[in-house]
Amino acid sequence: MSDSKPDAAVSAPVVRPSPLSPHLQVWRWHITMLASILTRATGIALYGGLLIVALGALALASGSDAYATYLGLVGSWLGRLVLFGITFSIFYHLAAGIRHLVWDFGKGFEPRTANMSAFFCIGFGLAAAVVVWLLAVMTGGA
Amino acid sequence: MVQLTLPKNSKVVKGKHHPAPEGAKTVKTFKIYRYDPEGDAQPRWDTYDVDVSACGPMVLDVLLHIKNTMDPTLALRRSCREGVCGSCAMNIGGRNTLACTHGHADYSSGVSVSPLPSQPVLKDLVPDLNLFFAQYASIEPWLQTTTPEPQKEWNQAPADRQKLDGLYECILCACCTTSCPSYWWNGDKYLGPAALLQAYRWLADSRDEAKGERLDDLEDPFKLYRCHTIMNCAQVCPKGLNPAKAIAQIKALLVERVV
Repeated sequence: MSDSKPDAAVSAPVVRPSPLSPHLQVWRWHITMLASILTRATGIALYGGLLIVALGALALASGSDAYATYLGLVGSWLGRLVLFGITFSIFYHLAAGIRHLVWDFGKGFEPRTANMSAFFCIGFGLAAAVVVWLLAVMTGGA
Repeated sequence: MVQLTLPKNSKVVKGKHHPAPEGAKTVKTFKIYRYDPEGDAQPRWDTYDVDVSACGPMVLDVLLHIKNTMDPTLALRRSCREGVCGSCAMNIGGRNTLACTHGHADYSSGVSVSPLPSQPVLKDLVPDLNLFFAQYASIEPWLQTTTPEPQKEWNQAPADRQKLDGLYECILCACCTTSCPSYWWNGDKYLGPAALLQAYRWLADSRDEAKGERLDDLEDPFKLYRCHTIMNCAQVCPKGLNPAKAIAQIKALLVERVV
């Protein structure tokens, strides 16, 4: 039997707080992960969109000058870009909501199906937003 | 708490380059996460030019080849080398998987190999999985009964046994749990996909008689309901299981008992 006393020459390793391993820094995204964060992002964007609509009503109530400024802002290229984003948000969020509803019935969890439904939701959001804007341009609404 | 960037002590810096030996035939570069708990150096990315014609077909073969012939200081966990023990789970090319069941032919040169994401690192590719196993223990993964024990075994009809297929095969490698962004941000309170898949495995067992208590324990805004169906768990599971679906089934059981 060897001496069981701790060897003074062998010191315990210096303990320091462990680093956290890389996560987002290395992760290669699946389309389902993109669809998930898009659902949340478009949900937040829709709150912003509601504020823009409410501001329009407020501007209208405060007189023609204020409303003209509002129309100028919303009609600028940046304003139109934001409005297009909100149009996409409406349709994407709608599709994603239905996707969640199907999940709540316990269906559509296979990775292949989930990939396809994510792809469909993003495609539907973009296509519907483009159609709405084409209609608006054709009818002189934008 | 959502923290998109790594804390200061976890930032990965550029590390050493290990060139291929003379006369190497097919060279492939592997970018490997290194961290030495002794001393005060930051974690770093070391690159290894490996002669893949001199080692076996799997990423694990490459790592062992590096350890045996290029750099004996590399630390990693491995045991069965055939996808049943779950020890060599790590992030390869941005996705969690088992190093022993993935061929290096599937990855291009320069592929990154790092520990399971968002875990405390003990050394190199070895994460601290104490919390993961504590969470598994917290769901009490054993048969619980109140009726007197039968003379022989607890009987189960073949149809009831089939309900456990796709649940019992879990090897607790932690690929799914550490793939989940929800777990990255709330790992201290959210049980994570692996523990919840096992929670459902016992809820689905016709012999278990603690269903009510199990559901009571899971009915919690964090333990269960941090699942936002991001689906990374089902996408990466090396055994092809579907924790996201199991979590949805737990949620359905919770709804069923109220309505």
